[in-house]
Amino acid sequence: MKLIFEMGGPGRGCDLIPDCKAPDCTVGLAQREKKPMLPEVSETEISRHYTELAKQAYGVNDGFYPLGSCTMKYNPKINDQAASLADFTQIHPLQAAADVQGCLEVIGEIEKALCAITGMDACTLQPAAGAHGEFTGLLVIKAYHVSRRDQKRTKIIVPDSAHGTNPASAAMAGFDVVNIPSDANGCVDLEALRAAVGENTAGLMLTNPNTVGLFDPNIAEITSIVHEAGGLCYYDGANLNAIMGIARPGDMGFDVMHLNLHKTFSTPHGGGGPGSGPVACKKFLQEFLPGIRAVKGADGYEMTRGSQTVGNVHGFYGNFLVVVRALCYIMTLGREGIPEAAEGAVLNANYMMHQLKPYYQMAYDHTCMHEFVMTLQREKHERNVSALDIAKALLDHGIHPPTMYFPLIVHEALMVEPTETESRETLDEAVKIFIEVMKQSEETPERMHEYPLAAPIGRPDEVAAARKPVVRYGRE
Amino acid sequence: MNFPKELRYSKSHEWVKIEEGIATIGLTDYAQSELGDLVFVNLPEVGDELTAGEALGDVESVKAVSDVYSPVSGTVAEINEELLDHPERINEAPYDAWFVKVENVTDEEELLDAEAYEAHCASEASD
Repeated sequence: MKLIFEMGGPGRGCDLIPDCKAPDCTVGLAQREKKPMLPEVSETEISRHYTELAKQAYGVNDGFYPLGSCTMKYNPKINDQAASLADFTQIHPLQAAADVQGCLEVIGEIEKALCAITGMDACTLQPAAGAHGEFTGLLVIKAYHVSRRDQKRTKIIVPDSAHGTNPASAAMAGFDVVNIPSDANGCVDLEALRAAVGENTAGLMLTNPNTVGLFDPNIAEITSIVHEAGGLCYYDGANLNAIMGIARPGDMGFDVMHLNLHKTFSTPHGGGGPGSGPVACKKFLQEFLPGIRAVKGADGYEMTRGSQTVGNVHGFYGNFLVVVRALCYIMTLGREGIPEAAEGAVLNANYMMHQLKPYYQMAYDHTCMHEFVMTLQREKHERNVSALDIAKALLDHGIHPPTMYFPLIVHEALMVEPTETESRETLDEAVKIFIEVMKQSEETPERMHEYPLAAPIGRPDEVAAARKPVVRYGRE
Repeated sequence: MNFPKELRYSKSHEWVKIEEGIATIGLTDYAQSELGDLVFVNLPEVGDELTAGEALGDVESVKAVSDVYSPVSGTVAEINEELLDHPERINEAPYDAWFVKVENVTDEEELLDAEAYEAHCASEASD
């Protein structure tokens, strides 16, 4: 399809801004010499352009989207309805607390709900994404050690099965990263952990259930090893969908964590945001949190700030309307619905894994949590069919492929997370397609490098895109 | 898959050739084939001290970023700057596309000969 710059013509346009009556003023060096190079298109053309783009996209509303580690569950429309109420949208962040009591109630209520779900005591809603939450949580850990004049704690321990963002966030927050290997089940190697902790350990970052979809059986021992060494424990809550309402990181011994509202709590994601990655912590850390908390006093909600806050990590209250959606979801499901959703997620993943096991090699042969990992290593060596080839072939069958080549500890990985919002019929249909694609790869392995044939874009040249990216449209 | 006899290998898939006290280090054919097309390379600087078993740099493929570990301890004497602009050389000719030359080698990790390394790759592939 054409780029928007290639459409329309000079002088065409549809801006509705009236002519400016104020006299021109010059701003010296900063003054533009030429008009900006913007597309000149009519409203009809714009409308068709975006509709055509939308038709090329694929989302949860189009069909099955088992993208592992991303929790692509259905986003109930009632959430959007709540978030579009004028009392939430037509306000200004600088309004006084007395004018925005409803908004503060949302902030106060979701903090209570998230603390109940995680076993924590306080929460900031400022971080806009999971990795942003990790970074914030690590700043909190750092501020805690500094407040105790324990500056020698400079190392964060990260298992090699962690989300790639964990070591990156730790480095961003100024820590040295110590990698420890996982054991044969993809869980933390306790001996390696014992050997790694010491008086310079600031903390441990752990994803649980881990990236291969397993709940670490030694979780309590892991957190106590780190605590005994004087470090804090950070819980990467990206995979909370598997355990919400059933097990709580706070009870497992974790001190601080983030949640991904856009994964677990059904707010839309996948298009670059806006997301929300609240950070929750135990009471002894709450004064270090960024942003405000809404606390109910005699005259309604008031805004309070931590006395030793690490400072703002986002403007004002974070992505507030995402928070409204998440609160709506939590209130819709309630105390009974939250654990039911988690059970459904685990059941659906195990159902699919069990059906696929005779056809696909599983990286770990266990009951899984909310997702499972398959390896195409055997097919790669036997007939040069890779995880990428299988993923691309799935596109032609109208389902979104699983996550590929993650986690890094599994070669030729495909990571499947069906979520609880898919029906048994959808799962059965998807299983049929996965099996069909595997059979295709046995019968005509050489053709597997050609797919997809039906998608709007076939196989983009990923190497050229990485080595020589063209990110700007040029026009003479 | 190519496993030259005259080289020695680390379990983390680096090759090393030690001649007159200088260790030349690169990534093996098996490693480049597992990683896929490489798009970026980070190398240390001349004069940097390397420790056996620790990262000397990293490579990025379209799939992932991976550390490259130094099989020896010593001082970086020379780096192959050509790789910075042409990471594809590693895919094309992994045993010519050396990463670094290391002098004052004081320590080396347990290295495998070609035969043992080939067996190591075979066992990884069947895991």
